[in-house]
Amino acid sequence: MSTIAAISTGQAAGGIGIVRISGEDALAVADRIFRPVSKKPLSSLPGYHAAFGTVLCGGVPVDEAVALVFRAPKSYTGEDVVEISCHGGLYVTRQVLRAALQNGARAAEAGEFTRRAFLNGKMDLTRAEGVMQLIAAQGEQAAQAAFGALEGRLSGEIDAISDRLKATSAALAAWVDYPDEDIDDLSDGALLQVVDGARHSLSALIARFDSGRAVREGVDTVIVGRPNVGKSTLMNLLSGSERSIVTDVAGTTRDVVEETVTLGGLVLHLSDTAGLHDTDDAVERIGVERARTALERATLVLAVFDSAEPLTKEDKRLFALCKGKKAIAVINKTDLPQQLDSEILNTVFNKVVPVSAKTQTGLADLEAAVAEVLGTADFDTAAPTLMNERQNACCRSALEHLNEAHDALTVGVTRDAVQVCMDAAIEDLDALTGKRATESVVDAVFAQFCVGK
Amino acid sequence: MDYFAKQYDVAVIGAGHAGIEAGLAAARLGCTVGVFTINLDWIGNMPCNPSIGGTSKGHLVREIDALGGEMGKAADRTEIQSRMLNRGKGPAVHSLRAQIDRREYAKYMKHALERQECLDVRQAEVIDLYRADDGLWTLKTRLEAVYSAKCVVLATGTFLGGRIYIGDVSYESGPDGMFPATALSAALKRLHIPLRRFKTGTPARVNRRSVDFSAMEVQKGDEATVPFSFDTETPPENKADCYITYTNDATKQVILENIDSSPLYGGKIHGVGPRYCPSFEDKVMRFPDKERHQLFVEPCGLDTEEMYLQGMSSSLPEAVQLQFLRTIPGLEHVEIMRTAYAIEYDCVDPLALSPSLEFLDLEGLFGAGQFNGSSGYEEAAAQGLIAGINAARKVQGKDPFVLDRATSYIGTLIDDLVTKGCADPYRMMTSRSEYRLLLRQDNADLRLTPMGHEIGLVSDEKYDRFLKKSAQIDAERCRAEETTIPPSDELQALLVSRETSSMKTGMKLAELLRRPQLDYDALAPFDPTRPDLPNAVFEQVEIALKYEGYIRRQEAQVREMRRLEGKRIPEGICYDSIEGLRLEAREKLGKARPQNVGQASRISGVSPADISVLLIYLAKEGY
Repeated sequence: MSTIAAISTGQAAGGIGIVRISGEDALAVADRIFRPVSKKPLSSLPGYHAAFGTVLCGGVPVDEAVALVFRAPKSYTGEDVVEISCHGGLYVTRQVLRAALQNGARAAEAGEFTRRAFLNGKMDLTRAEGVMQLIAAQGEQAAQAAFGALEGRLSGEIDAISDRLKATSAALAAWVDYPDEDIDDLSDGALLQVVDGARHSLSALIARFDSGRAVREGVDTVIVGRPNVGKSTLMNLLSGSERSIVTDVAGTTRDVVEETVTLGGLVLHLSDTAGLHDTDDAVERIGVERARTALERATLVLAVFDSAEPLTKEDKRLFALCKGKKAIAVINKTDLPQQLDSEILNTVFNKVVPVSAKTQTGLADLEAAVAEVLGTADFDTAAPTLMNERQNACCRSALEHLNEAHDALTVGVTRDAVQVCMDAAIEDLDALTGKRATESVVDAVFAQFCVGK
Repeated sequence: MDYFAKQYDVAVIGAGHAGIEAGLAAARLGCTVGVFTINLDWIGNMPCNPSIGGTSKGHLVREIDALGGEMGKAADRTEIQSRMLNRGKGPAVHSLRAQIDRREYAKYMKHALERQECLDVRQAEVIDLYRADDGLWTLKTRLEAVYSAKCVVLATGTFLGGRIYIGDVSYESGPDGMFPATALSAALKRLHIPLRRFKTGTPARVNRRSVDFSAMEVQKGDEATVPFSFDTETPPENKADCYITYTNDATKQVILENIDSSPLYGGKIHGVGPRYCPSFEDKVMRFPDKERHQLFVEPCGLDTEEMYLQGMSSSLPEAVQLQFLRTIPGLEHVEIMRTAYAIEYDCVDPLALSPSLEFLDLEGLFGAGQFNGSSGYEEAAAQGLIAGINAARKVQGKDPFVLDRATSYIGTLIDDLVTKGCADPYRMMTSRSEYRLLLRQDNADLRLTPMGHEIGLVSDEKYDRFLKKSAQIDAERCRAEETTIPPSDELQALLVSRETSSMKTGMKLAELLRRPQLDYDALAPFDPTRPDLPNAVFEQVEIALKYEGYIRRQEAQVREMRRLEGKRIPEGICYDSIEGLRLEAREKLGKARPQNVGQASRISGVSPADISVLLIYLAKEGY
């Protein structure tokens, strides 16, 4: 197969960037762009050996780097692989990639490394999907859930459900295929118990998919409130940097500021907004509009109120905007004497949390409130979790077939139809774990892979 | 001294259930055919149970009949008791089973071969088979006759390298005391055919006079019987009863005390036996907690006192057999007429065959029946029919006739054999068909008769009858959808008694028939415009309505399956040259040589990843 290269670390600026080259000519390509201090070409090294040297792009040194050699089949993809770890940020790493692309490699397509690993028999379908989630995982909770799949926890759970169905289907088969033998008929009750048990397990997996997605992909969160209640201070508190401009002049934040923060292991994609109030200032009005849009799109709303002042008309207007959303009232400035009537907030918001952004108190309460409102509080990262839409679709289809089996049993349709429904569910579950191949499955899996791993 | 006897288009070695269908099909398709058998008196012998049909096997017989085969007609003509099994478990698994007068059946089949135009049936042991320089297959018999043929069907059953085991005694033999075919295996090995040893067995036959039926349950035939063949017009008659009795702890003790004298447990037999049809000692050893085992006492025919003991297959010494049989209620004074035995025989690994049942590497050579690793008369006949059809088509330069899994149990059986292979004798089961709500025994004609007609095995007359029935079904379906049944007190009473919801306004007949609790019979009094049609027509309409949702879903699955099935794999593809294919997959694909991607995806040891590599490769190469 052709030789491919890509940046296999994230696309954000970081300490180290890794460019991975994989394929028949990986070593030859690497030799052309990497000048080792030892003078021994990379192609002369055995697998699992590293060399220190300089990366050249167009003959010009770009960076000092460490190159790691893997020999087929003992590599991630099962092919010859060279990984070049560069010091630099994104710019330098891109230069190194460009060097590789100019010297015989082509840019890897989305998920191509993992696809090759999969095609070379280095991993099964659920593992391959797990790797993709691992790359995408941004918080530690998500990372743990992704490792779970890697270890086959999801496969284990699906197999367990499938095995129970198979055992019962087999019992039905024996009863049907050996009518003259002394084989007991399964009672409707016993059959229903198995079918309903599997339905229950699948429903739970499907329900966990949504809270799992919050854990995995992070939650779009918007901070709203009238001007100068301390939205930006809260944002800065959460993000730990002076990202938003904080002044005492109302209306200082004129645009939506975005930041990704971690709160108790959960990733929040925060938008700090301009204060929501009527304004004549044209620039500020645009900011206010953007804030409304951000609020509509967000999964989680942090509505900020000023403890030191009574509720205003603008505060109350927020109530309506937060209706039907997962929203937490954050009462700021609790370090100052309280003027706010917080009773009414309890009736409007899922949770009310007093904090002082200034003295940095109440953060732990906020963390707990967020987890509770999002349903991630008792999300067990060690439990098996569906990782993507394809797996979710397989489970849904299996559940649908089992619902039919349930209905058939309840209505009194003959057992042949019941068993066929159960078998269809089993097939869906086996498709999930990759035991049965259809083109669409394989296509769907690989379309979702991101570059790098 | 060798002499040249005759040349045929198709030669068939063996005249059991596979050989008969192969020979008849090839001859009916216009080929000259020679059928060779070791014993002319036992053409179509039933060396095991005197019955045809049963779960999924009944489906096979109907399919054979729908395609123009002989088995269904023969069974209808010679049956002595008929039962539809699995009534109440759903139409997909209804299975017809008939007790057969085995001597009458053999007579019928011998005569069918004798009467067939262009077909010679010959008592002769074929001892050599090779391809001559002119490309024709050459067969040599023990009596030094030389025959040549363009195609050959191997249907050797348990005769090929047959060896019987009873306790310590073992000797070369075919079934039922007939001569084995001892020389042919060596010839097949010279052709590099991968032979292996399988094993099967049969219970003792006993004299009716020595059986006390008063200690047993009687099992009668159905009151309303149905024939196997779509051509048989009069329903068969029940002429005999079967009986049921049970083993007990004493029976078990005899087995346990004598298990060391079993050639199976003593390690003398190396052949692999069928999981699905174990010997009695196997049952006792594998299920030690089971207190009793059921056995059926079945008549072997009307003009014989021989009774068959279904469920008591054994290879224990004769003395032990008598001892354990006499512990069973009703058999206390039983007299054995034929001793139970195990028989080991040579058969082929069916992965060496293509879906047309021709050898992948030996052009013009076909395999069918037990030779292909299957077990059962019906499985054998089904393969014989397909092998015979394809041998004839080969001779005539036509494309192979291959049935896919969604058309039939026959297609499923052959696909399983040639794609997945088999580790022990393969028995058909309804659960082997993923499309079983579509592949019912009641609609075999709707599925296959047009194909049978197209290839030339189904007569115009039979086809016209089929077209008429098919039109009647469509018309009745329309009528049921359009006819409104008005509410009435009588109808309400019926609905209440059947525990289904009552109706306030008139309802379409079809709507009522969709309810599991109602059927055509029950609704007859409320359906005055009902035309006079055969029951089979009403049956089709009722099933189509009741199972509509399930049927539609299975049809969708079939379309999905046929999509992969439609992706052909070019002949001569070299799996070793496909990058990214795992070693195991290369070996398995190279061995089974699937004809399309669907077939490839069903091969065990070929992973989804391998299939995706294969698809990528095929796309890259422009197939």
